[in-house]
Amino acid sequence: MLLSLTGVTKTYPTGEGPLRVLDGVDLALDAGQSVALTGESGSGKSTLLHLVAGLDVADAGVVRLGEVNMTQTTDAARAALRRGTVGLVFQQFNLIPSLDVAANLAFQARLAQRHDPAWATQLAESLGLSALLTRYPEQLSGGQQQRVAIGRTLAARPRLVLADEPTGNLDEATGDAVLDLMLRLVTQTGAALLMVTHSPRLAARLGTRIHLHGGRIA
Amino acid sequence: MRVVLSALLSHWRRHPLQLFMFIMGLSLATALWSGVQAINSEARASYDRAAATLGQNTLERIIATDGAPIPQTTYVALRRAGWMVSPVVEGQLERANLRLLGIDPLTLPREAAQVQTLEADGLSTFLSAQGQLIVAPETAQRLAGADLPPLRTDAALPPGIAMTDIGIAQRLLGLEGRLSHLIVSPNTKTPVTPLPAGLIRRAPQAEGDLARLTDSFHLNLTAFGLLAFAVGLFIVHSAVGLAFEQRRPVFRTLRALGLSAGSLTGLVLLELMVLALIAGAIGVGLGYGVAAALLPDVAATLRGLYGAEVPGTLGLRPGWWAAGLGIAVAGTLVAAGQSLWRLWHLPLLAPAQPRAWARASIRSLRWQGGAGAVLLAAALVLLMFGRGLWSGFGGLGALLVGAALLLPSVLVAVTALGARLARGVLTQWFWADTRQQVPGLSLALMALLLALAANIGVGTMVSSFRLTFTGWLDQRLASELYVTARTEVEAARMLAWLTPRTDAVLPIWNVETSILGRPGEIYAVADHATYRDNWPLLNARKDAWDRVASGSAVMVNEQLFRREGMALGDELDLPGGSMTVAGVYSDYGNPKPQVLMSPDALVARFPDVPRLRFGLRVPPDRAEALAAELIAAFDLPQGSVIDQAGIKALSLQIFERTFSVTAALNVLTLGVAGLAMFASLLTLSGMRLPQVAPVWAMGLTRRRLAMLDLVRTLLLATLTLVAALPLGLANAWALLAVVNVAAFGWRLPMHVFPADWLQLAAIALLAALAASVIPALRLARIAPADLMKVFANER
Amino acid sequence: MNAKAVLLWLLLALPAAAQGFADMGRKVDGFSLPQRGPFSFPADHGAHPDFRIEWWYLTATLTGPDGTEYGAQWTLFRSALTAGEGEGWSSPQLWMGHAAVTTPDTHLYAERLARGGIGQAGVTVAPFMAWIDDWQMTSRAGAGADALSAIDLRATGPEFSYALALDATGPVVAQGDGGYSVKSAEGQASRYYSQPFYRVTGQITVRDREIPVTGQAWLDREWSSQPLGEGQTGWDWFSLMFDDGARLMGFRMRDGGAGFTSATWIGKDGTATAMPHGALIATPLREADVADRAVPVEWRLELPQKGLDVIIAALNQGAWMGTLVPYWEGPIAVSGSHTGRGYLEMTGYGAD
Repeated sequence: MLLSLTGVTKTYPTGEGPLRVLDGVDLALDAGQSVALTGESGSGKSTLLHLVAGLDVADAGVVRLGEVNMTQTTDAARAALRRGTVGLVFQQFNLIPSLDVAANLAFQARLAQRHDPAWATQLAESLGLSALLTRYPEQLSGGQQQRVAIGRTLAARPRLVLADEPTGNLDEATGDAVLDLMLRLVTQTGAALLMVTHSPRLAARLGTRIHLHGGRIA
Repeated sequence: MRVVLSALLSHWRRHPLQLFMFIMGLSLATALWSGVQAINSEARASYDRAAATLGQNTLERIIATDGAPIPQTTYVALRRAGWMVSPVVEGQLERANLRLLGIDPLTLPREAAQVQTLEADGLSTFLSAQGQLIVAPETAQRLAGADLPPLRTDAALPPGIAMTDIGIAQRLLGLEGRLSHLIVSPNTKTPVTPLPAGLIRRAPQAEGDLARLTDSFHLNLTAFGLLAFAVGLFIVHSAVGLAFEQRRPVFRTLRALGLSAGSLTGLVLLELMVLALIAGAIGVGLGYGVAAALLPDVAATLRGLYGAEVPGTLGLRPGWWAAGLGIAVAGTLVAAGQSLWRLWHLPLLAPAQPRAWARASIRSLRWQGGAGAVLLAAALVLLMFGRGLWSGFGGLGALLVGAALLLPSVLVAVTALGARLARGVLTQWFWADTRQQVPGLSLALMALLLALAANIGVGTMVSSFRLTFTGWLDQRLASELYVTARTEVEAARMLAWLTPRTDAVLPIWNVETSILGRPGEIYAVADHATYRDNWPLLNARKDAWDRVASGSAVMVNEQLFRREGMALGDELDLPGGSMTVAGVYSDYGNPKPQVLMSPDALVARFPDVPRLRFGLRVPPDRAEALAAELIAAFDLPQGSVIDQAGIKALSLQIFERTFSVTAALNVLTLGVAGLAMFASLLTLSGMRLPQVAPVWAMGLTRRRLAMLDLVRTLLLATLTLVAALPLGLANAWALLAVVNVAAFGWRLPMHVFPADWLQLAAIALLAALAASVIPALRLARIAPADLMKVFANER
Repeated sequence: MNAKAVLLWLLLALPAAAQGFADMGRKVDGFSLPQRGPFSFPADHGAHPDFRIEWWYLTATLTGPDGTEYGAQWTLFRSALTAGEGEGWSSPQLWMGHAAVTTPDTHLYAERLARGGIGQAGVTVAPFMAWIDDWQMTSRAGAGADALSAIDLRATGPEFSYALALDATGPVVAQGDGGYSVKSAEGQASRYYSQPFYRVTGQITVRDREIPVTGQAWLDREWSSQPLGEGQTGWDWFSLMFDDGARLMGFRMRDGGAGFTSATWIGKDGTATAMPHGALIATPLREADVADRAVPVEWRLELPQKGLDVIIAALNQGAWMGTLVPYWEGPIAVSGSHTGRGYLEMTGYGAD
């Protein structure tokens, strides 16, 4: 089992008292599996993703990634997991504005000390970025930026790719193309994929679909 | 409108720190500026009072061409020939450290009687046999209990001056039957008779000698005030810029709701003006404090260096308040101009990817760098080829501003180089990110650069000066003891008494006279090895001392030599005929031209020269005992015998005070630069989240990121420091070789003091560290939720 | 108050009416008081430093070549802070000079101040000279003659100057009781003599216009330490030079009531007849607004004992001396029972 969530609960303080975003979620994901996580706005799907990525910590329950219990480890260990095991693709492309495309592509792999120039070149080619390597993020279109973000994630060969509305900022045609690329490359690297989307159309393209409602798996 | 204004103002309520930075930056800038102005205006007011004393700023006077006293009989003869003149006797009453002004109230022209001191019963007291001294209240306090005629106070008189009847003044000064000068009444008809030979009419002095002498000193202070103000404006600029950037959505909404660009800009302007007035008022208050704290030192300096009496307490001048508020408002406008311009041109729709305010484009940096290079070139030209004080300061200003403008480009280049050379991915990111930070931090870094360069420059100048000055004092003060007799009879007796008891008794006589139209002094010293061996000559002909001793040549001080552009061998016009210039000596701390000649030559020109002073050569271990014996033998008053160490201590004390103000302003400027740094970092820390968040998401802890931020600030500070060093040295060179020459007339050798730099570096880095700790702590403790907002769908 | 305004107080004027005009009503200790007795010439032509105040007062009525009438005044006042003399600046003697030229439409005046003791102002007896700055009155009398019988007079102001030669055609005349002139009913008095018989030739310069003149002049010498009685506020003084050669000196001390009058009738041979209090009747006929004050510029003078009943009128009613001690001093024309010219002096007229 690559990822397992057991009874995960997360509450955020708000102006009108605590808001329980996740309320006892159980979920499991095997290597190579791809799962779409759907639900309305505020159903807690992004929160779930953040907990899995170690960006945030659950209040109760267990989030286990490989051998590591994410809720009981240190900030540094969670950071190490983000570096090596998990890859993140966000709706906002979140490239590092101070680095050019090549450096952005290699960034995470080098952080994880897993940089493989051949693989990076291959990725860049597959993603159609070969001609853009010396550009800076602000000089790219949205689709191009998202392709860089996907490339950056996959370059580190993560065991689990977490994607949060990866095509949410793109028009449908571009989005579909980017999603195709991502699915193909994820499959090619043998990573698992957990993708948050509110679109049933996109969800249908993944192997499994889980619907989140009111903080619980429906 | 009120709704709109409250919407705008709510921003400050929600960002109190920003408001604080704005107010503080502007208050500090205003405080330093208006503090310096207060000091200057206080000093100038007292010069004006001094200049207006006896109407010398409006009335002609008659003086003797040789600067010698005018016989009273000449005065009477002139009156009887129809000249409407009034006699004045003027002199220093050493025992009371008081300048005596003796006047005749009956003939004193109405225009000269600014000091309206004589009231109904006053005149008979003023003219009575025991006399009366009219002095400023603070002078009266100082003189309480002194053995002087009864005092009467009048605030219209400058401190340190006593006005009294001419007869009383003549008696106190030992100048019976002699007058210093005559005031010419404007009622004088075109002269009935020509003036007797040896007397000339001197036009009114629009500003007193003091104002001219001290001009450079005040210009120095003003330059520092301006520098501090400029540094303070960096803070304001950064605070206004941030507030503008953060309110961009609000502005857009307001515009979308139908507010015109003009009204919006007007409202923001109104808001800024209100803040500027508040900050200005605080600043003027603080400035008053700064001035009050510094004024005693300034007053001591002016007294020591120029003999100018400035009260040690500060008066409140309405004009000064207004000027302080005005400069605050003007400064705000300058600092906010760019933001207001952008607001005016704010597009209604946000561009797809808003560029952060802090990320000024590399192109604008290039443009700025180009301007900097041009300014540096201008500085070079001004400093190398310019003449005079203004071109000196102009060159200095161009140098500093040019270097500051160039700094961001240099830093960008250095960080780009660093990124290229970096191997690790994190170091690479670190350099790249640092480079990204440069535009946003550039203003603060420029402020830091200016403050550091000013510190290094002024520090080097002061230390060089101190080193040179102490060495010079050792040369110049070669005699072990200096004695002043009260009368010539006593002097003669002293000479007889001293001759067997000392190795040498060296007469030192001097007269105050006009040298090439300026008030100056002529000294006479005996031909003695003491001078031949020790006198601090800068340049002289081989036979200079012989020629001076023979009475055919003189030596002049550096000030005179430089100002007149002399060469050795030139003829110098002196009262009583010209003489050849055979040598130049350094004469630090003296604002006046000075000429050195043999005693015979001096007596030939000024038969009345008081022959009262001697330098005594004795074995140093005998000096103290001899001084005591001498005082006992002649029952000398205090201060008549001064030992070498005493004069040196006094001179050094004057010296230290001269620069204590500079030092204080330096520290304040550095403090302001530190604040500018803090303000900028704080600003940036809010804007940097989008740059930091992805790195965090990819697996770096917040603590690590915070550490990197600290290192980044230190790196930039260090780079700035490295840039400041050559700039500071150039600054010091300009001060020593250009500004000092123009301002004081002497050029000083430059010495470097690397230990001081290390200290300054440590202080600067500590300041940078202190400035970056709070933003770094914020980052280390930021809630993940805040970081994740970066990734959230709704931003 | 500036130094000169103080001097005004010290030297003469005192606005406080109770003290009388020019502070003369106050008794000051240390000064000598006038005594009856003969004058001692030439010594009495000189200064009397033990007395508080003294003057050499010359007025001249002049005529230009075209018949235009002019007046000229030359006065040297001496005032002592304390009685006696001192060395140099410590001298307590203060000197004040007034000079004026009056034409029918202009009145120009100047004032000089000086300290005693240094030679800027003073009076010497032999040879006789009274001076302040470049103004001077110098004797050119031959040996044996009275020093005042022939004098040269010079003064310069910003807009005028004059140089006059004066020759006496009659003797010096003692005023009052042999030179003891009583000023009040309480007996305040001064030492007072005159030389009223000068014939004048010379030149006056008025605003750069030089005018040769001839005429007559009158010199008054007076010193005292306390000439005014308590309550006296000023005086009106008349010197009349009749066409027939006779002279009249008369004054009225004002005290808010009837006042105190005194007069001396001087025959053309110099015989003086002192008139007692009340003999002279002086009646102001018309006042003019001069320097913000109402000053009588036309008078009726009656001296029944001598059959005198004349109207006197100012040549220029604006003859105001705006000096530290302000007063009216100007030439007058005499008509009626007698005709002639003269000078009128009016002091103590306060501003409205």
